Amino acid sequence: MNAISKVEAAPLLKVDGLSKWYGHIPGCMDVSFEMRPGEVLGIVGESGSGKTTLLNCLSGRLPPSAGRIEFDTRRFGLRDIYTLSEPDRRRMQREDWGFVHQNPRDGLRMRVSGGANVAEPLMNMGQRHYGAMRQATLDWLSRVELDTTRIDDKPRNFSGGMQQRIQVARNLIHGPKLVFMDEPTGGLDVSVQARLLDLLRELVRDLDLAVIIVTHDMAVARLMADRLLVMRRGQVVETGLTDQVLDDPQHAYTQLLVSSVLQI
Amino acid sequence: MISTSTPRSNETERYYNYAYLDEQTKRMIRRAILKALAIPGYQVPFGSREMPVPYGWGTGGIQLTAAIIGPDDVYKCIDQGADDTTNAVSIRQFFAKVADVATTEDTAEATIIQTRHRIPEQTLKAGQVLVFQVPQPEPLRGLEARETETRAMHAYEEYGLQYVSLYENVSAYGRIAATAGYPVMVEERYLMSPSPIPKFDNPKMDDNEAILLFGAGREKRIYAVPPHTQVRSLDFEDYPFEVQTWEESCALCGADDAYLDEVVLDDVGTKMFVCSDSHHCGQRRAEGHVGPMAGHQLAQGEAEAAL
Repeated sequence: MNAISKVEAAPLLKVDGLSKWYGHIPGCMDVSFEMRPGEVLGIVGESGSGKTTLLNCLSGRLPPSAGRIEFDTRRFGLRDIYTLSEPDRRRMQREDWGFVHQNPRDGLRMRVSGGANVAEPLMNMGQRHYGAMRQATLDWLSRVELDTTRIDDKPRNFSGGMQQRIQVARNLIHGPKLVFMDEPTGGLDVSVQARLLDLLRELVRDLDLAVIIVTHDMAVARLMADRLLVMRRGQVVETGLTDQVLDDPQHAYTQLLVSSVLQI
Repeated sequence: MISTSTPRSNETERYYNYAYLDEQTKRMIRRAILKALAIPGYQVPFGSREMPVPYGWGTGGIQLTAAIIGPDDVYKCIDQGADDTTNAVSIRQFFAKVADVATTEDTAEATIIQTRHRIPEQTLKAGQVLVFQVPQPEPLRGLEARETETRAMHAYEEYGLQYVSLYENVSAYGRIAATAGYPVMVEERYLMSPSPIPKFDNPKMDDNEAILLFGAGREKRIYAVPPHTQVRSLDFEDYPFEVQTWEESCALCGADDAYLDEVVLDDVGTKMFVCSDSHHCGQRRAEGHVGPMAGHQLAQGEAEAAL
């Protein structure tokens, strides 16, 4: 029932013929797909396959060489994000999107406290009431299972896994429609990875978030993603429901990828 | 023997152009000033020159003064509110020498007042110019290191980030504890650093009759607040902007509405509070106002220094 209503909903993101060239070297070539609200899309592939290039193009940080990226913005409706003026696009990115970096140092301000990092998106959206922001920050720290008494500690005093939780809270507090995640569990040890994945999965389900998650870890893809794009040498070689792609891979490269997962 | 064919200017003792800088440089700075006045609070880049003092000693302020000063001007220079500190005395002598101007310590008499860290207590009038020496013109710099990014933030009025510093203050101290260089919004458009004046002086900038010019020599920026411009200090709805207050009054003149400096008198903890604005304090004493420690040797010393 839920799946049907999602299919019928208007697309949140429409990507058509997206290509990015670095000089004569292709970053990604002719990528097209659609996403519905609440859908989690995984982009998998080996390193150098164009995953991050694709993510950067989609998230408005790298203008593509060709193709269109249309997003259902709150302010302007369905629009090609690169036809918006720069201030409008920056505003849309602030209000409608989140971006979780692999390294929390790239996504956090290391010189201000964890609490201020989480509250910053609210201030960027015009919130000027300290008490209200403080309360929202405390709520979000407990939602990502952090000790709320440490709200004023600097990010450097938190472990890598905790820093990543702060980054997740910072990217969800303003109620985005779409969150980009670039290897969110990349630098973490396996047990911390599992707990963070569990948390992310729960939040995504509770908030009915749309997520585009880039990973080279098949286990992360299996746990998080509804649908997969498998990339190789800049091209999408296979797409489909996650279980379908991983259990019955059609393309030779996908078969190789799935069979190379280490088993204990 | 080397003889110079360049005729010196009228004065036999002058080896420099009037007001030290060459005329083209002064024109360039004046153009930057005009642009800064036209867009209140906007930081105008300019070609800052090498000055005969190090960066950090007021090269921005000195260049602004050099560009606007004329022989009819009356020049006052203060450092931390005082006319008699080394830096203020040196800069005042510099302009007396290279620009043939009369100098004064009287705030009301001066047409150009160059300042570091204070706005005089006495209300400024139309026709006066207050020149600030600015170490860091970019209020967002502490939070965002990239100049390209801060420029975009000014262009698109994205000022949410500045509130992060206020948030940090409230969460650490329970109030907005920032005291100097407290960020302001100019005409609800540009975010501006008022230079490291105490926030006590921030309200004086709002709807001021005088021209306020800000010069940052090292950072090569000029900005301005023209007369009668709205200047609002940032705050939170539940933590409104407040200025510093003192329980003490000035020990020498008894002022209880002035910005006070704490002076340690000995090594057993005796201290006194005195006006930071030395002219304001002296004027009040001359008018007969008396503080609890009136006649203290500190005041005697000041009187001697003035002579």
